[in-house]
Amino acid sequence: MASQKRISKELADCSASPPAGMSIALASDSDVHKWHITLDGPASSAYAGGRFGLVVTLPTDYPFKPPVVTFATRIYHPNVTNDAGGAICLGLLKAEQWKPSTRILSVLEAVRALLVEPNPDDPLESRIADEFRQSRAEFDKNARAYVNRYAVGPVTFPSESQNPSNNKNNNNNTSSTATPTGGKAQGS
Amino acid sequence: MDSEDDFMSAVSSGDDIQDDSDNDDMSGGDDDFDFDDEPDPDLGIHKDIMQRKKVAYDISFKVYEPADIQKQQDVLIDEVNMILDISKEEAAILLRYFRWNKERLIEDYMDKPRQVLEAAGLAQVSASPPKLEVIPGFVCDICCEDEEGLQSFAIKCGHRYCADCYRHYLSQKIKEEGEAARIQCPADGCNLIIDARSLDLLVTPELRTRYHELLNRTYVEDKDQLKWCPAPDCQNAIECQVKKKDLDKVVPTVACLCSHRFCFGCILNDHQPAPCELVKRWLKKCADDSETANWISANTKECPKCNSTIEKNGGCNHMTCRKCKHEFCWMCMGLWSEHGTSWYNCNRFEERSGTEARDAQAKSRVSLERYLHYYNRYANHEQSARLDKDIYHKTEKKMVQLQRDSKMSWIEVQYLNSASQALQTCRQTLMWTYAFAFYLARNNQTEMFEDNQKDLEMAVESLSEMFEKPVAELQDPKLKVEIMDKTSYCNKRRVILLDDTAQNLAEGRWTFNIELTGPPAAAARSNGGPSSRR
Repeated sequence: MASQKRISKELADCSASPPAGMSIALASDSDVHKWHITLDGPASSAYAGGRFGLVVTLPTDYPFKPPVVTFATRIYHPNVTNDAGGAICLGLLKAEQWKPSTRILSVLEAVRALLVEPNPDDPLESRIADEFRQSRAEFDKNARAYVNRYAVGPVTFPSESQNPSNNKNNNNNTSSTATPTGGKAQGS
Repeated sequence: MDSEDDFMSAVSSGDDIQDDSDNDDMSGGDDDFDFDDEPDPDLGIHKDIMQRKKVAYDISFKVYEPADIQKQQDVLIDEVNMILDISKEEAAILLRYFRWNKERLIEDYMDKPRQVLEAAGLAQVSASPPKLEVIPGFVCDICCEDEEGLQSFAIKCGHRYCADCYRHYLSQKIKEEGEAARIQCPADGCNLIIDARSLDLLVTPELRTRYHELLNRTYVEDKDQLKWCPAPDCQNAIECQVKKKDLDKVVPTVACLCSHRFCFGCILNDHQPAPCELVKRWLKKCADDSETANWISANTKECPKCNSTIEKNGGCNHMTCRKCKHEFCWMCMGLWSEHGTSWYNCNRFEERSGTEARDAQAKSRVSLERYLHYYNRYANHEQSARLDKDIYHKTEKKMVQLQRDSKMSWIEVQYLNSASQALQTCRQTLMWTYAFAFYLARNNQTEMFEDNQKDLEMAVESLSEMFEKPVAELQDPKLKVEIMDKTSYCNKRRVILLDDTAQNLAEGRWTFNIELTGPPAAAARSNGGPSSRR
């Protein structure tokens, strides 16, 4: 398999000289297609002091298909889904923009750059993007609150069985509590 | 029914109109009256420039077959190739970049060749033609292979990769992404476009065919005046000069050689007389509303204060709107505060607030009922149109049976085919008249329109009835004449209706209760989620 050689080489390169503020390991020694990255929040960003887990999954068709990169740690960011999935919106990772010569190293650097410089024009979370644009202080505050809540201490990666135990899958549907009050005046 | 004799006699003098409807629905009525002619289902008239007579809804168009499409591209490529002294592959890439606007391409290229080439993804250095090479010490940057004798390839930018990786890359782009005209060099950040010759060098013949198919597709898709015939498996394209901005004035209906008739503006099936924008709105409304509206009409009431739709899913009559917190009585729709606090039996029918609320309720119901009126008629014709295929097959059987039972020849039973065609086309038109009418605001023209609609509908229904008669009755020559008359009458009424609507549309004499151009206005009725009972 052509990809095996390339992946091994990339892994060796990345491990030998990892990008700034990152450490790289395989999810399991038997599978080079899943990488676990620990990323320190860039000092110049609202994420400073936080530690984020990134999961890089290389498709079997890699490098002809782009890797899939997700946050394992919850993060408050316009371009990352605000849930346990942690999907990232990054142009480089889209099938039509991906080039087989692109290295994982540049992908990781692009993710890091996204933390320093969010891209509110292409958001996954439009509410957070609006906040980022309109009230930056509020955004910074929220982002830091997330860091303190989720991104301190050792990074936990989801196990293979997909058990998002450390993340409450608490989406926006909090309004479902609007059930009728009282009103048991039934009967004849 | 009474008037059909008039129309029968009028047919001979009204040939022009008859002719037109023939063209319009392909095999519609061409054999209605001239049984002596060979009935030719594929008349080929559409390929030539139509010599139609003028009816307001007529537009001119041309059908191109795949070979024509290829030829047009070749001609343009050859021209640019000669004028600009660049290779054909490069000319093709440039033309695609300029969306086949040759004049602009030449002008821009003369002006600033370097920028144009760069923007289109072409290198300016035209070195030796690309070929596979074995280069000592080469390491492929994609797969990291470095074995000796590894074949490698690069386009003009010089980014070199092994042939296997290049092939894999190309086949993935073509097969999985359906990309052809804009496949870039695999190098990170290099936007040079891979030309057809390089591609031909690398990939399998099968993939090459697919690649050229996709390239052809971009030719049609890049040109605003060209559109693919949307019929399944049809490879023809249609050229029509109607501009997008004119779509509020004209309904550009075209017919492909494959006999599929569609609107050039929106590619949907023929939707005359309704303009595209209206069709779009109507379909959306139907998709959103129709079933829901029926249900809402039967099962819900609106909150007297905020008009949210409320379903009472059981229990007591004390309702609290979840949206605006208005408290009211389900029975009389009056304020709850005017009732007691304990459970109660509503007996305050004459309560003032209740009467007002019920009036408002009635108003909102009227608009719903208006919609359902048009929708039900639209859906009925649509359903009949959907049964077209069955009807047609049934007709064929009947025709065979008729030939066997009576002494009629194949030509002599063609009238049934014509009748079936007429039914289909007219129903299609009728269906859209109801969507049209839904958005129509009353003015002097509407009555005329409704009369035309009524005439056509009555004619279609009575033809439909005759058409369904058993074979034994169909043998009666009197019925045959009646069916023929009715068929021509239907076709004629359709032409009249379409002509009239198209004329008024072109001259802006219709008033619609929606804006045909510009962004859709916000939905009139706020569509709050169903509220619950308290």
